[in-house]
Amino acid sequence: MVAGVGSKMVRFENVGLRYGMGPEVLRDISFRLASGSFHFLTGSSGAGKSSLLRLIYLALRPSRGLINMFGQDVATLPRADRQDLRRRIGVVFQDFHLIEHLSALDNVALPLRVAGMSPSCIQSNVSELLNWVGLTDHLESRPATLSGGQQQRVAIARAVISRPQLLLADEPTGNVDNEIAMRLIYLFDELNKMGTTVIIATHNEELVSRFNHPVIHLEDGEASMASRSEKVCA
Amino acid sequence: MFSRPLDLPLDQDGSSRFLPWIIALMVYLAALSLAVAMAIGATAGRWDQGFSGTMTVQIVPDISAGNPDKKRQAKTAKALERALTLLRDTPGVISAEPLSVEEISSLLAPWLGEGSQMDELEIPRLIDVRVDPETGPDLATVKRRLAGVSGVVVDDHGIWLERLVKLAYSVEVIAFAIVLCIALAAVATVVFTTRSGMAVHHGTIEVLHLIGAQDVYIARQFQFHAMLRGLRGSLAGLAMAAVTLAVLGTLAGSIDLPLFPALTLTPWQWAGLAIMPVAAALITMITARITVLRALVEMP
Repeated sequence: MVAGVGSKMVRFENVGLRYGMGPEVLRDISFRLASGSFHFLTGSSGAGKSSLLRLIYLALRPSRGLINMFGQDVATLPRADRQDLRRRIGVVFQDFHLIEHLSALDNVALPLRVAGMSPSCIQSNVSELLNWVGLTDHLESRPATLSGGQQQRVAIARAVISRPQLLLADEPTGNVDNEIAMRLIYLFDELNKMGTTVIIATHNEELVSRFNHPVIHLEDGEASMASRSEKVCA
Repeated sequence: MFSRPLDLPLDQDGSSRFLPWIIALMVYLAALSLAVAMAIGATAGRWDQGFSGTMTVQIVPDISAGNPDKKRQAKTAKALERALTLLRDTPGVISAEPLSVEEISSLLAPWLGEGSQMDELEIPRLIDVRVDPETGPDLATVKRRLAGVSGVVVDDHGIWLERLVKLAYSVEVIAFAIVLCIALAAVATVVFTTRSGMAVHHGTIEVLHLIGAQDVYIARQFQFHAMLRGLRGSLAGLAMAAVTLAVLGTLAGSIDLPLFPALTLTPWQWAGLAIMPVAAALITMITARITVLRALVEMP
């Protein structure tokens, strides 16, 4: 299966994943995503959406198969180069993974700080982005004092602050109402139009049906890919 | 507005709260051990230097049966004179001075009591010989030279001194071994504390790792935190050790024992002790860094 508009950004070849000695939760996953594409990753709860995303953002090693990211085989990448590769990927985690003792500003600044950007550059970039996501009044707020929606916006800001080439979002609409969910998807759409490759994992079929983006559907650990019109094909 | 806090809240970490106290205690014990090692080393050196270039020649009276007192005394005096003449004529001998009866009496006073009648006792006569350590004669040469003098015994204090110096150096080695053991214990403590800290902050470390932080970026946070705690603890430990050494030095100064090691340190020795906080801080920093880097390799 090949999808997308540009050069290959993500390529999975017969990838399998099992946790410990348990059964394979993902089997024979093969797909190619081109640079600048926008995909939804769908499937019922427990279908393996988060596991697949974790494989893409290199939080897990596959049990078998080949994963090629940005034209590089991740299995043979030196450790330092893997970290360079991770910096090209922005992730909005399902439970946000914000660092509790850091302010919203510092949480968003984190990817720039680990990349070694100077404090003055970080400050201007972060302030601008937090304004963009409507958190101007909460720059110094700790995550615990923010609402779920505000935390989500901080998480999104952190994922996009370093202008990643690939943006992954795990159930970003899970904790918000439909209106905010739509606005979020439009936000990701805007980022996609600016050139970012986007993969959004969601089980919200209604939301998926309102956008004309191809879908990777997971069922029983196996993936199938379809355009919106085809929906799902095995 | 923009702050630069540690990404990991290590200051709030309970597992490392006691690290400065543990380091303080270890530096305190290590500083005392090191001070003892340095004091004993210096004392052993003094003994070695003080006794090298000296010999004691004894003229033992002939107390064989049938030798009348007056004749015996005359014979001893004659042997003393002959020995003195031979010694003073020997190249490399700086001085050869006989100890007077009064001086011998004072040496024996602790055992025989004050005012002993030395005339009634057959006490050997002693000659204090000083030789040039570089060009002077050795024990065998002096013995050969005095071979013709009756009742002569030559001693260069070598055996006694050798044992004493060996004992002193053994104590010094043990003290250094204790310092090494303390350093190893400090390393083990820092490893344990760092691993605990990594377990406590596993979630944050994972986030940093996933957003592309290099291992050294994460390790740097632990190593500087450990270094600061190590430095703080070791300064406190050194201060406690300095007070203890000052008190011991004052107490030891009031004891008039020539062979007792002086517990007062020279400025150079104090400077050696002053390096300890820096060394302790470096040890904690490097240990924390290596521990974190080794643990992070396990992450995908």
